[in-house]
Parts: sequence; structure tokens; C-alpha cells
Amino acid sequence: MAKIKFVQFDGTEETVEAENGTSLMNAAFDNGISGIDADCGGECSCATCHVLIDDAWVSKLAPISEQEDSMLDLNPDRASNSRLSCQIPVTEEIDGIVIQMPEFQY
Amino acid sequence: MSEAVDNEKRNFDPYAIPMDGKFNVADGFLFEADEQWKWFERLRNEAPVHFCEESEYGPYWSVTKFEDIMHVDKNHGIYSSEGGITIVDQDEDFPLPMFIAMDPPTHDVQRKTVSPVVAPMNLAKMEGLIRERVCTILDGLPVGEEFDWVNRVSIELTTQMLATLFDFPFEDRAKLTRWSDLATADENSDIVETEEQRREELMECLEYFGRLWQERAGKPGDDLISMLANGESTKDMLERPAEYLGNLILLIVGGNDTTRNSLTGGVLALNQFPEEFDKLKANHDLINSMVPEIIRWQTPLAHMRRIALEDTILNGQTIKKGDKVVMWYVSGNRDEDAIERPNDFIIDRDKPRHHLSFGFGIHRCMGNRLGEMQLRIAWEEILKRFDHIEVVSEPKRVISAFVKGYTEMPVILHAKK
Repeated sequence: MAKIKFVQFDGTEETVEAENGTSLMNAAFDNGISGIDADCGGECSCATCHVLIDDAWVSKLAPISEQEDSMLDLNPDRASNSRLSCQIPVTEEIDGIVIQMPEFQY
Repeated sequence: MSEAVDNEKRNFDPYAIPMDGKFNVADGFLFEADEQWKWFERLRNEAPVHFCEESEYGPYWSVTKFEDIMHVDKNHGIYSSEGGITIVDQDEDFPLPMFIAMDPPTHDVQRKTVSPVVAPMNLAKMEGLIRERVCTILDGLPVGEEFDWVNRVSIELTTQMLATLFDFPFEDRAKLTRWSDLATADENSDIVETEEQRREELMECLEYFGRLWQERAGKPGDDLISMLANGESTKDMLERPAEYLGNLILLIVGGNDTTRNSLTGGVLALNQFPEEFDKLKANHDLINSMVPEIIRWQTPLAHMRRIALEDTILNGQTIKKGDKVVMWYVSGNRDEDAIERPNDFIIDRDKPRHHLSFGFGIHRCMGNRLGEMQLRIAWEEILKRFDHIEVVSEPKRVISAFVKGYTEMPVILHAKK
């Protein structure tokens, strides 16, 4: 289990608890958190589950794969802490993570 | 013309022929007659990854299931876009390189130069202008009298939009429609008489846009031409005219045919599924989920093609290096294993954006949010003005296995009571 705090673009905060093994994308979806579209359903193929990771947590996540990198690259607003939430598994290690939603999904 | 006559006598029943290497769905007449559905149903059930040994476009693989299409689209390292993205091979003596038909790294840098113009931030700025233009078009339509929806609304609206994106001289905007039609014309269609004439007209397109480039080079602006002329990775593109023309055609077709045919398709769908029209009239908020459903149901581009860069296995079939692989989005969007009641038009689906019409992976449609926005605004304004749009006879469809669309659809508008 891990606690995940989602911060919407307008500043609204919501904290959810997610099971190990699911993805951040599903954790948001299953808890009705808005701001993620996830058109491809978690296949790392559409980049519409883009999130920004709080700086303190960026280095604690698994590195970005080539596929994720190429999809993130399609987004002109990509930032140094941009990730696709479908590619981040929920583990004990990310308990307490803070996730910022972007203004738009592409 | 003889072909057209023969075609009327043709038996379109896919179950009347054997499922073998001659089973060929890449036939513009099949789509013109709207008879392709059962052909794809049979492929999905009996040969989901199927090799057609001979067609007018040469041998090719058909991929027809949603999951398999997603796999091909995702794996751009195996399935290359280099050299062309439709089943038709590029003319060797008239090549038109464009970034959609390139692999990384060139694809990535060129796409990045132009993608900000259709980024959501930019779209928000354009919304007011688009709405104004939609309103003007809708307010000029006759009520209670038959007219052609394709010509008066779908073409006019998308062409105006495209002129806006290019900052193209507004009075010349009909040229954009013509160039779009020319670029995708099937050799069986009557859009153009000869290949020579087609090339001549496309060269005029290049000349016209060459002048716009010259005017805008060195002066940064928000339109697509200024972006290309001043973008770091594209500013020398005018020295490679074929590549400039190729990318222009990509942007013209991408921003025109697709939305045009979805605007028509939406009206047709609501006529075929009147209970959905009632739902929509009762709740205008459903426009948001209806728009992606229209795009799925219509699938304005029927396919995209790739070339295998190595021997590979797809759903049990061995695809050889160099083989042509066609992803039939039009079929994947009707795959019952991926989408519930896929043949039905349902405007309040749970995950309406889970469809293949924009493709997936690095070549995913760059203008998807723009297309959706245009459709959303159009429907918001239509519902404010009219009670319903009645399709009075079967639309005429495009002869093409690529552009899945309409050339004519007579309608009558009914006033609000």
C-alpha cells in the first residue's frame, strides 16, 4: 500500500491509497481523480496520462524507458520531472509521493 | 467509366469467395459502396493477420484486431513508417517526404517544430475565432430546404479552420480543399484526369506556399508556415522543396479530410441511431463523449501502413523483413473483443477515447485535440439553432481505401419548435 497525493492544476489536493502492483495511472482512475485521460489504457502509447513528479521523488522512481521517453517527447510542454503515470508502478517505496497534474493532456 | 459500371454488378459478399491469398480488402469501390464491414468481420474471425498476395498495391498484410494494431503502432522500431503511410507506394520519381512517413530521429525533430501550433494552450486562444466562424456558417444555412451538408458545412468549416492555422489568404481558401482532395485522390476517382495534371497542381501548391514562406522567413509568427520557416530543425526545408510540399500535404490532409468527414459522419450516425439523438437533445453535455465516439464510429482514415524492418511474429503469423503491413483502424474500431457493441453508435460510452482513429505510438495524430474541439464547437452551435438535421437520402462515399468519407450528403434542417 502507498499513499499518493494528487495535486490538480488549480491547486486542489486529493490523497488516495493504492495497492502495490497497480500503476499510478490506475490509482488515479480507480479513485475518480480527474486530469488523466489514458486513451490507450496503459500501453505507453498515447501520452495522455502525463503527470509531473514532485522533485523530491523523481530520483526514487524507476528510470524512463526508451518507449516512455519517445512518447513524452511528443509533448511540447515536457518538463524535467514529466512522467507517464501508466509506467510508474505503485510500491512501498513511493508511499507519500506527490503528483502534480498538468494543465492539459495532449 | 467502364469500371464503375462493372462495379455496380459486382458481388460484394465476402463469404462468396474463399479466404485465401486473393482475399483483398484494399479496394476503394468496396468502401464507396460501404460494403467493407463484413469483409473485415470475416478477417477478424478467420484470419486476423492475413497476407494478401496480390492487389493493385502489391502484396500486403492486413492487421484487423484492436490489440494487434496497437502492437504494430507501438513498435516503431520493427514497423517502419519510412517512405509512406498508406497502402499506396510513393512514386519513385515524385517522392514527397513528410515527417509522418519518417522514423526517428528526423521524425521527432520535425514534428516538434510544428506541434506547438495545435497544443492545447494555443487551441484555447483559437476557440473564440473558431466559434465565430462556425456561427457564421450555420446562420447562413437554409431551414426546411434540402442542401448538401458536405459542401455547405463540413468542407467550408474545415477549410476555414485550415486557412486560419496556415494564416492562408482567406479569399483563396478553396485552393486548400482542392489540394487536399488531390493529394489523396484514388486513381479510380474522378478528382483528377491524369497523374501529370495532379503533379502540375501540386507544384502550384508548392509555389504558392513557397511565396508565403519567403514572406514569413525571419519573422516569427504563430502560424504553421512561420513556424516551419523559422524553426531550428526546419528553417532550411525550402531548399528541399519535395520535403516542404510533403509536409504541407500532411498538414492539409491531416487538418482537413479527417474533420470534414467526421462532421458529416456525426450527422449520419445520429440519423441511423435516432435514440442517441434524443439523448443528446435532452443533455447537451453528452457532446463531450459523443465527439470521440463520432471519431471512432467514422474512422476517417481507414488505415495506416508500415514496412517490417526485420522478420517478426504477429499473432502467430511470420512477417518477413520488407513486407508491407496495413493496420486497418476501421476494423480495429469495430472489434468486439476491444469495444462493446462496436457497430452501435453510443454517445455516452464509458471510455470513449479508447479508439484507434488517431493511431497510437509516436505517430499518434498531432491535431487530435484540435479536431475534437472543432467537432465540439460545431455540435454546441448546431444544437442551439436546430431541432434536428434530417439526412434525406444515402450519402455518396469517397472511392478510397484510405480516406473514409463522403462527397455528398443531402439534408434538411428542422427549426427548433
